Amino acid sequence: MKFRAKIIDVGCLNHFTRVVNTISKLTKTCILRLTPHNLYFVLSGKVASGGVGMWCELSQANFFDEYQLEGVAPDTNEICLEVTPENLSRALRTSQNAKCVKIKLTKKHCPCLTLAADLPTLSSISRVVTHDIPVDVIPRRLWHDFKEPSMPDFDVSIYLPPLKTMKNVVDRMKNLSNFLVMEANLNGEMNLKIETDLVSVTTHFKDLGNPPWGDDGSQGRSQSRDPEVMAHTRVDIRKLQQFLMGQQVNPSKAMCNIVHKRIIHLILLHEDVSLQYFIPAVA
Amino acid sequence: MDCVVTGGNVKVLAKAIHSLSRIGDELYLEPQENGLALRSVNSSRSAYACFLFSPLFFSRYTIPCGHAFRCKMAIKCVQAVFRSLSSLEKTVEKCHIELDGEKSRLTFTLHCKHGLLKTHNLSFQDSESLQAVFDKESCANMLRAQPRLLVDTVLHFPPSLEEVSVSVSGERVWFRNHVDDEAEQSKAMLTELCLSSDEFDHFAVGAQTSITFCLKELRGLLVFAESTGLPVSVYFDEPGRPLVLSVTDSVLEVNFVLATLSDDSNLRNHNNNNTKQARSPPPPDDFMNDDIDSYLIAMETSELAGPSDAPAPRSPSPNHTLTTQPSVAIHRRRLESGEEEEEEEETEDTERPPNKKFRSLFFGSVCPSDSQLTNQTIKSQEVLASDSDDDTQASLP
Repeated sequence: MKFRAKIIDVGCLNHFTRVVNTISKLTKTCILRLTPHNLYFVLSGKVASGGVGMWCELSQANFFDEYQLEGVAPDTNEICLEVTPENLSRALRTSQNAKCVKIKLTKKHCPCLTLAADLPTLSSISRVVTHDIPVDVIPRRLWHDFKEPSMPDFDVSIYLPPLKTMKNVVDRMKNLSNFLVMEANLNGEMNLKIETDLVSVTTHFKDLGNPPWGDDGSQGRSQSRDPEVMAHTRVDIRKLQQFLMGQQVNPSKAMCNIVHKRIIHLILLHEDVSLQYFIPAVA
Repeated sequence: MDCVVTGGNVKVLAKAIHSLSRIGDELYLEPQENGLALRSVNSSRSAYACFLFSPLFFSRYTIPCGHAFRCKMAIKCVQAVFRSLSSLEKTVEKCHIELDGEKSRLTFTLHCKHGLLKTHNLSFQDSESLQAVFDKESCANMLRAQPRLLVDTVLHFPPSLEEVSVSVSGERVWFRNHVDDEAEQSKAMLTELCLSSDEFDHFAVGAQTSITFCLKELRGLLVFAESTGLPVSVYFDEPGRPLVLSVTDSVLEVNFVLATLSDDSNLRNHNNNNTKQARSPPPPDDFMNDDIDSYLIAMETSELAGPSDAPAPRSPSPNHTLTTQPSVAIHRRRLESGEEEEEEEETEDTERPPNKKFRSLFFGSVCPSDSQLTNQTIKSQEVLASDSDDDTQASLP
């Protein structure tokens, strides 16, 4: 099992760092899946993570100048590791001006992802900073938990309002209630609602637009749906807040699929990174 | 005592105080003939800092004649005087420090623009002299670097990191985070930065060695050094012996003395006998005891001498080497059996707890220097009461 990769472009390094920063704000630990073409940061949506699921996909060619992978077995060219993204974020943070950053899978006192950055110096010999990040190798028998989640059979799909605006609203609502209801319809309208004994607050968004999903089953279902009818789901407000807090870069596309009373599926698409986040409904 | 600091030096003084606040909770102030000494020490006595401002630093420098004056104050109070560094720079023209002996107060008056006067009356407590004993020149290893280099180095370590290990060889130096806890070791992230000797202004390494010390205090010094742009000199020996960080210029001498971890079996493996043989034998006056590894920072204290008493303990020499002094004799006698009593101490005996050796987390007991003690082994020395002056037990850094 071998993994070696190298980043030499400053822009790629910055971009990769931002992605890792976002992941580190979303979860304390997650699974890193390495395949020949992609990297995935995965949270499996089990009880341990509060039912929250995450799937972040990066195309390795957009970040790494060199990328060599030898998977766990000849027929399975893939490696699956459990990492603490905060460590990775910390290691990358101070290496932003590095001439080159190498990431390797190594065995020190335990399996580690070793990040080595060549820092610029005035002397002829470069300054090297090495970070050994302990990881856990996930055995193959557990890999089925970390497969790409299938698109849920949603009731409504809608583009999200600007994330910053949403974050401001949700931040204030969090002071009033632990639960939030997100509802949307096929007319491009979305509401964020909280309700307590003393007060109810609703924020209305209009003209958001609904993504055209094309010829799949869900589209068929939503075509027959009354565009005015709202699909809604009640979620733990902190989970939504955590998702919004982590976003550092404005995505090219941001949308949300709502399965009535079941789940909120948030999708953010950047140029070379896609992030999906699932928040389950609470009673 | 009457001192005036003008212009840009006010900011330097302020930075020194902020830097000292990273060490301990109390500021020890002692106007000496060779300058004003501001000192601090941490509660576990494993870190000590001294800023010595020469008389030339001041536009006026008058010290109390007659008996030596020494005091200590809560450092937060002094910090409050110099709170906002940026506004200090812009508005304060001079700072006047005056002693009001009658009321036991030190008055700090900031003369600001537009005729504004800010007066702070800070009360102080009489204190013993605080002075670490160390000898920079006898250290086997010395590095000197621009503060920027060290700042860039510590940047790679998280602010929460307690201890850092520094290893040197002939050509290189490595900085690593030190992981103490056994349980942590398998899960902790390890960071290592390697610098080559040509990044340093001066790089003299006696033998390969590796020491571990607290990063917080290094950061405290760097905050000061970076603002002055003066190079930082690092003097150290083998693990267990103190590390000295120095910043000097014509009007100022700063020394931070930090304890290093000893009893680390990993580090012991580094230090083979060659290291010890390579070093020249210590001078006879030095604290010696055969057990070099347990020697670490020794803190000298002496009673605050009244007007009729014996002269105040030594005027500090730049090297701070220990010489036999009446005050040291006091220690020793008390330690042994209390049979011989210093008459001068009699009245104070009942009120004050006995002088103690300082135990710190990092190292064993300290041996006062005296030729009579060379035969005494560490084991026979008792541990006395912990520092009674630290009534407000500050939490460890």
